[in-house]
Amino acid sequence: MMRDKIARRVAEVPPSGIRKFFDLVANVEGVISLGVGEPDFITPWHIREACIYSLERGYTMYTSNYGLPELRQEIAIATKRDYGIDYSPENEVLITVGVSEAFDLAIRALVNPGDEVLIPEPTYVAYKPCTIFAGGVPVSVPTRAEDEFKLLPEQLEARITPKSKVLVLNYPNNPTGATMSKRDLEVIADIVVEHDLVVISDEIYDKLTYDGKHVPFAALNGMRERCIYLNGFSKSYAMTGWRIGYALGEAEVIEAMMKIHQYAMLCAPIMSQKAALEALRRGNNAVKEMREEYNRRRKLIVKRLREIGLECFEPKGAFYVFPSIVSTGMSSEEFAERLLREERVAVVPGNAFGEGGEGHVRMAYAASLRDISEAMSRLEKFLSR
Amino acid sequence: MDKKEEILKLLEGDARLGVAEVAKAVGLSEEEVAKVIAELEKSGVIRKYKTVINWEKLGKEKVAALIDVKITPEREHGYDAIAERIMRFPEVKNLYLVSGMYDLSVLVEGNTMKEVAAFVAEKLAPLPQVTSTTTHFILKKYKEDGDMLYDGEELRRLAVSP
Repeated sequence: MMRDKIARRVAEVPPSGIRKFFDLVANVEGVISLGVGEPDFITPWHIREACIYSLERGYTMYTSNYGLPELRQEIAIATKRDYGIDYSPENEVLITVGVSEAFDLAIRALVNPGDEVLIPEPTYVAYKPCTIFAGGVPVSVPTRAEDEFKLLPEQLEARITPKSKVLVLNYPNNPTGATMSKRDLEVIADIVVEHDLVVISDEIYDKLTYDGKHVPFAALNGMRERCIYLNGFSKSYAMTGWRIGYALGEAEVIEAMMKIHQYAMLCAPIMSQKAALEALRRGNNAVKEMREEYNRRRKLIVKRLREIGLECFEPKGAFYVFPSIVSTGMSSEEFAERLLREERVAVVPGNAFGEGGEGHVRMAYAASLRDISEAMSRLEKFLSR
Repeated sequence: MDKKEEILKLLEGDARLGVAEVAKAVGLSEEEVAKVIAELEKSGVIRKYKTVINWEKLGKEKVAALIDVKITPEREHGYDAIAERIMRFPEVKNLYLVSGMYDLSVLVEGNTMKEVAAFVAEKLAPLPQVTSTTTHFILKKYKEDGDMLYDGEELRRLAVSP
């Protein structure tokens, strides 16, 4: 009965390629999974303990729509300290239910029906559907393996039309592991100004940058007022299940996002906000240790992939590698399905991240060195058939 | 962190990591890693490779006791001579000189309570420098050498996620 009642813009979005693959994996025993999009660490104990303590003291109520004042304050301080960007904790910081919600709010706050949203591809799976749900039109901007999946100015300019309004950036990138240097971003910033675009920059992997320093887009000259800067706790502090993120931007746009947030969500859960506060205040050592561990795994997996003969640029951020599987003659889906069935290693086919991901697979190195090592041996066996 | 420390951290976490795995993780050649490990072994930085075992789980329960020992230190030798004498007993698993109400903290392990009690009564307490002993039998081990000795629920991530 309800089938015909589903809104067209929802019905028209195809089911997630990741979801489909998840169902396949669920039916195979003894799988080593490199298919995850989350840390394999558990949230550091001191953060969990702080949450338990806050519950013991009875923190079970709503918070301000913007989020706990002390958490906003701490985020403003950290952003100033790490990147030199000033945001007022009063009205330029919004605590959200993960960066996922922050992205959805940002898009809904900016997009009028028919507005075009430029999205570099391969892309994180949520950007296009959220754009469509908000009535916008996603426009893919291809990025290529030979450019280390950086967004190039000529590719961006070629897709800009009078309807272009928003550019989505996500560096370090999921699924490719690509990063953008200050210089790379400055060229993009020039185009943003020239065409009067607004940028939503999802920098959830900022702390997982291995060579060189992460530069937030909002830190570039003149970009603070054109950018909604999104970040959160899921990846850097291993807090995926807590669902806690934040948006930083000029007061007007943050207020517009808050308007949606206050009716749809009211506020992010207080216990997660308390935990996030502890993470910011005392979690830096844990972040450092996890980053060092990821870095070891990154080196191992890149080295092994190259030995095995899969072409792969060395990613400088996040915890993904995105090797090309073109040399095998298989499609991404065929490769991922056969690798799963024949050698019980789960990876995500690149086309789940847009057509531009075809010919690649995403492997997450958020797995133990031992598992990565074993997965690579199985992969080698698979390819030598 | 220098490479040496990085290698030690890896081995501290998992002594069975092969040279090949360590080499890939720290970005040195296998020969280089083998050489560094050999040096660390030779210089005594790496003492030995051990296995953390939960004997209780096997049903082989051992009895352990922490014993606070008060000592009269000796002229010229302080606590060292008596400590060296005590540590040679194979029943003694750990031995520390500590500050506070007593001097030596001795962890003794045996097969039965009787055995441990006999060790204290017949070997430890009668030593002339020992002025008193207080024995605390260990009732339950929660954490040992940095490892938590209990089976929590197995935590499972989704096998595939965005």
